[in-house]
Amino acid sequence: MSEISAEQVAHLANLARIALTEEEIEHLTAELGQIMQAVEKVSEVATPDVPPTSHPIPMHNVFRDDVVGDNVLSPEQALSGAPESDGSRFVVSAILGEEQ
Amino acid sequence: MSDLIRLSAAELGERLASGDVSSVEATQAHLDRIAAVDGAVHAFLHVDGERALETAADIDRRRAAGDRLGALAGVPIAIKDVLVTEGMPSTAGSRILQGWLPPYDATPVRLVREAGMVPLGKTNMDEFAMGSSTEHSAYGPTHNPWDLERIPGGSGGGSAASVASFEAPLALGSDTGGSIRQPAHVTGTVGVKPTYGAVSRYGSIALASSLDQIGPVTRTVLDAALLHDVIAGHDPHDSTSIPEPWPSMADAVRRADVAGLRIGVVKQLDSDGFQAGVRQRFHEALELLERQGAEIVEVSAPHFEYAIAAYYLILPAEASSNLAKFDSVRFGLRVTPDGGGTVEQVMAATREAGFGPEVKRRIILGTYALSAGYYDAYYGSAQKVRTLVQRDFDAAFASVDVLATPTAPTTAFKLGEKLDDPLAMYLNDVATIPANLAGVPGISIPAGLAPEDGLPVGIQFLAPAREDARLYNVGGALEQLLLAEWGGPILDRAPDLSTHELLATEEGAV
Amino acid sequence: MARAELMDYDKALELFEPVIGLEVHVELNTTTKMFSPAPNPANSAFHGAEPNTLVTPVCLGLPGSLPVVNGAAVRSSISLGLALGCTIAESSRFARKNYFYPDLAKNYQISQYDEPIAYEGSVEVELANGRVFQVPIERAHMEEDAGKLTHVGGSTGRIQGAEYSLVDYNRAGVPLVEIVTKPIFGAEADAPELAKAYVSTIRDIALSLGISEARMERGNLRCDANVSLRPRGTEPLGTRTETKNVNSFRSIERAVRYEIQRQAAILAKGGTITQETRHWHEDTGTTSPGRPKSDADDYRYFPEPDLLPVEPSRELIEELRAVLPEPPAARRRRLKGEWGFTDLEFQDVVNGGLLVEVTLTVAAGATPAAARKWWTGELTRLANAGQTDAASLATPEQVAELAALVGEGVLTDRLARQVLEGVVAGEGSPREIVEARGLAVVSDDGALVAAIDEALASQPDVLAKIRDGKVQAAGAVIGAVMKAMHGKADAARVRELVLERAQG
Repeated sequence: MSEISAEQVAHLANLARIALTEEEIEHLTAELGQIMQAVEKVSEVATPDVPPTSHPIPMHNVFRDDVVGDNVLSPEQALSGAPESDGSRFVVSAILGEEQ
Repeated sequence: MSDLIRLSAAELGERLASGDVSSVEATQAHLDRIAAVDGAVHAFLHVDGERALETAADIDRRRAAGDRLGALAGVPIAIKDVLVTEGMPSTAGSRILQGWLPPYDATPVRLVREAGMVPLGKTNMDEFAMGSSTEHSAYGPTHNPWDLERIPGGSGGGSAASVASFEAPLALGSDTGGSIRQPAHVTGTVGVKPTYGAVSRYGSIALASSLDQIGPVTRTVLDAALLHDVIAGHDPHDSTSIPEPWPSMADAVRRADVAGLRIGVVKQLDSDGFQAGVRQRFHEALELLERQGAEIVEVSAPHFEYAIAAYYLILPAEASSNLAKFDSVRFGLRVTPDGGGTVEQVMAATREAGFGPEVKRRIILGTYALSAGYYDAYYGSAQKVRTLVQRDFDAAFASVDVLATPTAPTTAFKLGEKLDDPLAMYLNDVATIPANLAGVPGISIPAGLAPEDGLPVGIQFLAPAREDARLYNVGGALEQLLLAEWGGPILDRAPDLSTHELLATEEGAV
Repeated sequence: MARAELMDYDKALELFEPVIGLEVHVELNTTTKMFSPAPNPANSAFHGAEPNTLVTPVCLGLPGSLPVVNGAAVRSSISLGLALGCTIAESSRFARKNYFYPDLAKNYQISQYDEPIAYEGSVEVELANGRVFQVPIERAHMEEDAGKLTHVGGSTGRIQGAEYSLVDYNRAGVPLVEIVTKPIFGAEADAPELAKAYVSTIRDIALSLGISEARMERGNLRCDANVSLRPRGTEPLGTRTETKNVNSFRSIERAVRYEIQRQAAILAKGGTITQETRHWHEDTGTTSPGRPKSDADDYRYFPEPDLLPVEPSRELIEELRAVLPEPPAARRRRLKGEWGFTDLEFQDVVNGGLLVEVTLTVAAGATPAAARKWWTGELTRLANAGQTDAASLATPEQVAELAALVGEGVLTDRLARQVLEGVVAGEGSPREIVEARGLAVVSDDGALVAAIDEALASQPDVLAKIRDGKVQAAGAVIGAVMKAMHGKADAARVRELVLERAQG
């Protein structure tokens, strides 16, 4: 299971939107294999009868009242960190893919 | 060195309250210290002296006007760069956020400001809190004030080093797998990871949402308690914030008494895998407590050995998703490939250029752990281990009040020593990670210096969820016993940094 | 793009059985968004706001921001689930769906995956021909909407050929309930109409619950239609396509019909259907291929660590169940009787997707006959001319006000049609338009009498004829008076007065 190929790493990089270099892919392929081998240990004790825990402190039904908050940003604040904007909207380069 | 900077936050608070000293004087003293030694230590990524002095002057005015102020009003504080600060750069140690000015304050930052404390600036950290040495900061590592060749721990090495080098009396940190406690261990300071949900995560740049917790970084247990009392409490902006009120941690320190306290030593974390001097100081500390009436018993936590494995699946998985927002659209860096490109290519080029190797490593690892066909084996199994670790804690706390472990396996290692060996680096967190997986609180306080290398060693206590006060009780008691033994704070034995200034400044960021 | 070959519809049905599945997204009209206290543009109060003015750090996915669930949105979702006949989950959970897209601020969507709030329901849908279907519901889950992209450059305003795009995150985080049907078998030739009628029923339900503005033209209600065909006499389901961007009732029906004909033509020639997303083009009445489904669709779902499970109490569920409105099909039967419509009249209303409009118009004070007349008459005519739905042109309150003005004699039908044009053009309420355009009938008898006397005086021969009992001669005087009044008089009243004055 811990055998990871360079193609897999390239695929993961694509999913994660990181333009890794060939060298990085090569390096990560080796490292990931080692790390996965170490962490696969979890399956030794993760038997079907053990329920998963996703939150350390169990709580439920945490809701907010349906009231407008005091943290609504002005357009200036909203756009203040934008690498590029047209004054009211964020500008991005042409999009290749389509909406999901 | 000015006396003002050697005061604890509690002492400084008292001097400020008595009118003995002004906040402007105290703030200026710390800014002077930063100017003198931070070239060598590099604890800060950003210092805002002007704004700090304005804030200090405002507190002085309010005090003069007779306003009722809190115990820490006017006391300067350093803030880990993982917390967003309105109008003050917040980078989480990453190039991808260079220059970003957040339009809002993190809740703990807001609370600190409301308490009248004076933010000095932002402290260095491993990029997005991924690391145990601050060597993964995009802005160069922080140096351990005990030995500038060594790591100050991580990810919150900047906060710990700022406090250890008297640049700030206290600081805010964040702890996902030990990032507050392990730096405390290697710098001879105090660090607390509160119960998950005790302090709001709103405004803390998320690493692993189900593990992250904000907490105090200080030189004394009382200071940690005072800061804990300021930042803990329910925040409606964080769904996982615990709604119930908290008892005063400062009271727990002041009333510290370990008579009858049952302390469990985790068998699995008291092994040969730990440096001899670390174990020695750990057991000496336990003996001191035993002499004061505490009962030391051995407990077993058989699943702790799976904790690192589970952690290095859960953390990368959550981080891979949390860090997806850094995409060059709304904030931060944008890198356009030569000759332009589609938005997809711009995003990929930005993330390639903006993230360091450790961040990329963990994002790829997390993406893998969540991907179709692997979820059950990896992420799903890790969540089950989490249950098992919680059960170990439950079983242990059924028979003891607190658990004790060495905070980390070794004293501070040399900068660069483990940089190329991620697995060895990950092992630093073996004793701290179980608390994050289970959400329970932990404290690390100085236990002495390891005889073999003269470097600080910490002891960690862990308590059941929501029983943070127990940590302050046992920590406060042990601190008093050790101070008596040592005849003064352990940091008195740290080297005088002023002699290192030029040397390290010239060397720059290693 | 070459136009796809289509098989004759009847022929297609002869050879293949259509199987459809529908995914409807309902934007909730809560005051604030799903996970952020920002104003919700799917609530009319905030519709049409300037770009990026309805955002908090949460909507922009700013570092450090955290989601908090809107309790009102959860209640609305539970109500909707109950109205769909679903079981409400004892414990339900949010999950992150991870994919990069510039309209998705965090590059993951908070949705629900294996633990939706509601599951296993059924909705009764009635067709024009009286056939009644139980459409099986697989699940209804809560999620957040994405922001809006505007593509600039290129000729079409579409994504292809654009030079760059603009992002507005006002819509990011709008509460959505996605309702997913199970595969629907047995509709046969009625499949396109069933698809339309189903979405119309969902709209009825959402409106009667008051949980959504449910205006398709605003995207409050969005439909993706899955269509597959299987050869007669075979068991396995065929490969399906998912048609998106179907934004009006009429296009739902057309899009399903188109896909049946297109797929049939391919299959009949021995071709295979590609599993893909297709886009509906309202202008050409066709679909075009989009993104093929592939291994790249690895959304890496995992439980949202920033949010906690939703575990509605039995009391809450029963409280919401107790106030559920009547199911649409039952309500239709009741309303038909109450309104006294003929079968034909009622079908007109239902087929136009106007049941809710007529109901609300009656509730606003109009007679059922007047409400039906305006919605299925003039408004439907205007809608067809503008290739949209009548419901998008006016509000029930506006129509009721119009009907009242006619009832009061302020407007004639002819004037009322002019006023309606003003309403559709967004000039204001009917009364405002009457005022602004000066369209009211002259009901001041004094003004009419003066005009009548003048007309009679100038036509003494006519006056004599009337006095001789030749009442039909009055027509000439009435015409002159109406002309003098610029048509803004009630002809029946003018006639009465003419006869009165002539006798006097």
